[in-house]
Amino acid sequence: MREEILNVIEKNSRVDTKELAIRLGLPEEEIVAEMAEMENEGIICGYHTMINWEKTTLEKVTALIEVRVTPQRGLGFDTLAERIYKYPEVKSVYLISGGYDLLITMEGKTLKEVSEFVSDKLSTMDTVLSTATHFILKKYKDHGTIMTQKTEDERMMITP
Amino acid sequence: MRNPLADKVVNIKPSGIRKFFDIVSEMKDAISLGVGEPDFDTPWHIRDEGIYSLEKGKTFYTSNSGLMELRKEICTYLKRRVGVTYEPASEVLITVGGSEGIDAALRAMLNPGDEVLIPQPSYVSYEPCTVLAGGVPVIIELKEENEFRLTAKELEDAITDKTKILILPFPNNPTGAIMERSDLEAIAKIIEEKDLFVLSDEIYSELTYKEEHVSITSLPGMRERTILINGFSKAYAMTGWRLGYACGPKEIIAQMTKIHQFCIMCAPTTSQYAAVEALKNGDKDVEEMRGAYDQRRRFLMNAFREMGLACFEPFGAFYVFPCIKEFGLTSEAFATRFLQEEKVAVVPGTAFGDCGEGYLRISYAYSIENLKVAIGRMKNFVERLRAEKNA
Repeated sequence: MREEILNVIEKNSRVDTKELAIRLGLPEEEIVAEMAEMENEGIICGYHTMINWEKTTLEKVTALIEVRVTPQRGLGFDTLAERIYKYPEVKSVYLISGGYDLLITMEGKTLKEVSEFVSDKLSTMDTVLSTATHFILKKYKDHGTIMTQKTEDERMMITP
Repeated sequence: MRNPLADKVVNIKPSGIRKFFDIVSEMKDAISLGVGEPDFDTPWHIRDEGIYSLEKGKTFYTSNSGLMELRKEICTYLKRRVGVTYEPASEVLITVGGSEGIDAALRAMLNPGDEVLIPQPSYVSYEPCTVLAGGVPVIIELKEENEFRLTAKELEDAITDKTKILILPFPNNPTGAIMERSDLEAIAKIIEEKDLFVLSDEIYSELTYKEEHVSITSLPGMRERTILINGFSKAYAMTGWRLGYACGPKEIIAQMTKIHQFCIMCAPTTSQYAAVEALKNGDKDVEEMRGAYDQRRRFLMNAFREMGLACFEPFGAFYVFPCIKEFGLTSEAFATRFLQEEKVAVVPGTAFGDCGEGYLRISYAYSIENLKVAIGRMKNFVERLRAEKNA
């Protein structure tokens, strides 16, 4: 049941529990209880909204920042990751396998704001060896959602 | 000038759906629940394989029967899903959609005057294809009280000395009915006793919501008298690729292949390469689509219950078949008014046989969001009709 609920609300978190109950063929009370349980367990961490900020008048830049790090004895990457993710402008922090260690996504109002964060805050941290900042120019697809124009239903109106 | 036309063809009634289609196409802003094909795009990895085959220059005819690689994959799939073994070299024919398989089978098997049992409501092509093949269609009218399944009694009553083929269209378009194992066992006995053949159109076999589809060919004694028709259109959302297949005893497949060889040559090559990928790596896509359809099916059934509209619960395909007899309108009158007043297109049940009178086919090959809008309008319409009736 959990997987079924999650599959639906991952795509549309606004589906109410009544509708979920109908679509999944389960009693509404069970769904309400299960979702509360999943919130407690930290499986459901939030109900966000997909926004295409490019279509708003708000100025916003997003950057992906690669960070190479010297892991600290006994602490690994966790302490540094925590120091980074506590900045509210940092949207995500991942530990990555391969050529570098941490991948950060960050949002700022301007390029300057992002580059100041990188030069003043990030690269000056003790264990950071190097950074590489990539600015996002266009989002084609995000969170499984294609950001370009919706396509029309091209099927004929009536077919046997 | 002489009459250039063949009487046999001229006398075939145009599809009931065609007439309604003409009305709908006049209305630009109507929303439709009238489509008999998936709303999903063909999964990308399948499309990509089709594109790749074109890039590699795979643009030639395949063998008449179809790519050996595809026939082998089909046999592997049938072994796994149906539990029946077919020989790729002699018992499989790749066709242009399931439709071609139906046509070729009837033409390969019918002598003039042979009777073909056609349960209705059902897909529109069985009757005309039977006539074109020189056979005589005999309609079995399925009943809502039996959940539109074919019962042993109905079958027995329709059989004469001339009966040769039973068409078995389950999971069913337009009713969404399925035949479960026990239903099939009951009719299999009669089929064997009366020495009939079965043309089993299982194009919706992957879309069932109660238990897994059972194919009649998997029952004892049935494989040697069954032509199994299936294809890629519904399961993998590949309608436009026009690809299906027929499996059966090699004597019948050989004659069908002869017809196919002269009329078609071979099924589209690009589609065949894409289909190999569909069978190899498409299970997850089918499962996802089936899950989405099932949610919509439950959503519609619930909406009908709330409207107080009678509808038996269908467990297959992607159609519901609600009953509208309470309004005292014909299916066509209901559908026409619904279209004109609420701008929603549904298909009158009569498009699928006279016994579809009093029913509508509503397709749920639409997103939940679309269904919500359409159902909202249906609710208004149903309430208005009830108010009119009580006035």
